[in-house]
Amino acid sequence: MEAASVFLPLFGAIGAGLFGRFLGDRGSQLVSCGSLILAAILSLFVFADVVIGGNAREVMLVPWIESGNFKVDWALHFDALSAVMVSMVTIVSAAIHVYSIGYMEHDESIPRFFAYLSLFTFFMLMLVTASNLLQLFFGWEGVGLCSYLLIGFWYDRPSANAAAIKAFIVNRVGDVGFTLGILGVYWVFDTINLNGIFTNAAGAAGHNIQVLGIGTDSLTIVCLLLFVGAMGKSAQIGLHTWLPDAMEGPTPVSALIHAATMVTAGVFMVARFSPLFEQAPDALMVVAVVGATTAFFGATVGVVQNDIKRVIAYSTVSQLGYMFFAIGVSAYAAAMFHVVMHAFFKALLFLGAGSVIHAMSGEQDMRRMGGIWKNIKLTWALMWIGSLALAGIPFFAGYYSKDIILESAWGAHSTVGIYAYVMGIAAAFLTAFYSWRLLYMTFHGTPHADEKVMAHVHESPKVMTIPLMILALGAIFGGIIGQDYFVGEGANAFWGGTLNALPTHPALAAAHHAPRLIKFLPTLVAIAGIALATFAYQMAPDLPKRFAEQFRGVYGFLLHKWYFDELYERLFVRPALVLARGFWKSGDGTLIDGVGPDGIAAATRSLARRAAALQTGYVYHYAFAMLIGVAAFVTWYLYSLGR
Amino acid sequence: MLVIGLGHYLTVAAILFTLGIFGIFLNRKNVIIILMSVELMLLAVNINLVAFSAYLGDLIGQIFAMFVLTVAAAEAAVGLAILVIYFRNRGSIAVEDIDVLKG
Repeated sequence: MEAASVFLPLFGAIGAGLFGRFLGDRGSQLVSCGSLILAAILSLFVFADVVIGGNAREVMLVPWIESGNFKVDWALHFDALSAVMVSMVTIVSAAIHVYSIGYMEHDESIPRFFAYLSLFTFFMLMLVTASNLLQLFFGWEGVGLCSYLLIGFWYDRPSANAAAIKAFIVNRVGDVGFTLGILGVYWVFDTINLNGIFTNAAGAAGHNIQVLGIGTDSLTIVCLLLFVGAMGKSAQIGLHTWLPDAMEGPTPVSALIHAATMVTAGVFMVARFSPLFEQAPDALMVVAVVGATTAFFGATVGVVQNDIKRVIAYSTVSQLGYMFFAIGVSAYAAAMFHVVMHAFFKALLFLGAGSVIHAMSGEQDMRRMGGIWKNIKLTWALMWIGSLALAGIPFFAGYYSKDIILESAWGAHSTVGIYAYVMGIAAAFLTAFYSWRLLYMTFHGTPHADEKVMAHVHESPKVMTIPLMILALGAIFGGIIGQDYFVGEGANAFWGGTLNALPTHPALAAAHHAPRLIKFLPTLVAIAGIALATFAYQMAPDLPKRFAEQFRGVYGFLLHKWYFDELYERLFVRPALVLARGFWKSGDGTLIDGVGPDGIAAATRSLARRAAALQTGYVYHYAFAMLIGVAAFVTWYLYSLGR
Repeated sequence: MLVIGLGHYLTVAAILFTLGIFGIFLNRKNVIIILMSVELMLLAVNINLVAFSAYLGDLIGQIFAMFVLTVAAAEAAVGLAILVIYFRNRGSIAVEDIDVLKG
């Protein structure tokens, strides 16, 4: 059963990918969606058994590598943490698979799309159920590959190809850190099996390692390297630039990979290594600072973007920042809670945005939308639900998870915690603001689209709206149902010791005793954000424009995403291009080609030309050569005879 | 009194052979002359064969001379036929014009 829930998506991917030509569009959809839904149902059974029944276990598949002490197996590691992730991934993925049937209806290569989607799900499941670091790396790179394939799905668009390459390369930067982290783990623990690492985690603390001649705590180094990998995958500030560009892919891809599942792989990985991170408080501090900064950064940029998908993409960056600073203050359960809740409401928002784009005949610019809520009431209502959950309005999913994160940040009682809390509150305000800005610009006000588009606005088919409703259920009730288990009274029993915070890091426990003001502030600023958005985009519609003109500097700074792309362009892309061009022209072209293939070819050709010049074509020259030859032979024969 | 011996025959044959060779190499005009020169060389060889045959009292040399004559006749016929065809196709049988083998 455990293996089936992981390998069914692979079966779907192979069916749709290799045999899609014979199955046809319908058949491919059936195979991949069917196996995904089946996997989702099975994963719920596994979840019930592992988490509620308390049967954490490891399912051995086949031995993989055995070399001396180094032993790696293919095995599925099912404990509370991975069971939660498996259920979340399969359910969200199944909903998105079904949604894609409607969304990709007019596409030309449906089997390929579904094959990639299912393959991605398989790799993600491989990642979360990994029993050792090598297997985790396998899933890690697999989701990266599928992300690349899906961002560049419309490969006839240059911008999609550029975005795909960008995502791949930026992730490689993170992977360098991750790979070094794995090697570091092996160096410290002599094993890469999770069980072996975690049992020895406490004993490994306090050892020193020489890095560039400076003695440093070895676990801190290892954790920081692992965190660099997580930063790449989870789009933390500095390595976030690929995520907004990844919106070039089809919208279901943005929902599945770049909002709900793959980008949470980094959060999952750090949470998985909580026993290690707990022993490295310096690394945790870095995680918290980076996360808090990212939360604030993403929210500020989201405020000024005009592309509906980009707003949600920056919102994702911001929410991932929340998860990381929750980890940074040792509130792992809160981070995982937010991961799951975020998966529901962010997938809902993305798919809702897809539904809007579908209705608007492919238009993504919010400035050319507006006033369409009457035509697509269902999508409108679902987007409201998603936004309410994202902004953290009471009793929606985001309210519980975001509140517990902010309270934990406060409860950490450290400078970093306070910094994270302040940044988080600011981000919460901005989150509410840009969410309602999105709603007002998209659905309300006067229509800005031309009449042809407006006449065509229509509600999406049922196959698209039903998955949305399922996700909406999660976005509404997920928080109420989940909070006790994830972060409340039942948390210890629920997680079964997979997320351990040291007794000296009581942020999560302290969160429940935060002062009343601290508890209510997130909700208050969210309502304030909504109120401001309502004022600026409903009552005084020319206010944003005047504001943008008044504060041109700030507006430009935000519109250009803090100039990260421009900075990287100057710092890395252009020097790399110059260097590569140099290597290409002088190193490869002149040296290797000139001496190697081209040089040998040229030498052969000139030799052949000289040999050819011997052939005059006149009969008597050949006859002369023959005569000389005969004379020479005879002479030689006579001489040798006479001797 | 001058006795005509083997040496004289061989000298004549050698002179004829050398003439044939020079006929081939110094001729820039006509392929027919080359054919004639080849014929001359074959005859020189024939003289050698017959001379040695008489000198050694062995008839095999003369039989061989007959073979050479036959082959020479056939060769002349084939060679001339080729030349006729060649002239029909190319309009020239000057040696300088025949350089298709040029590299």
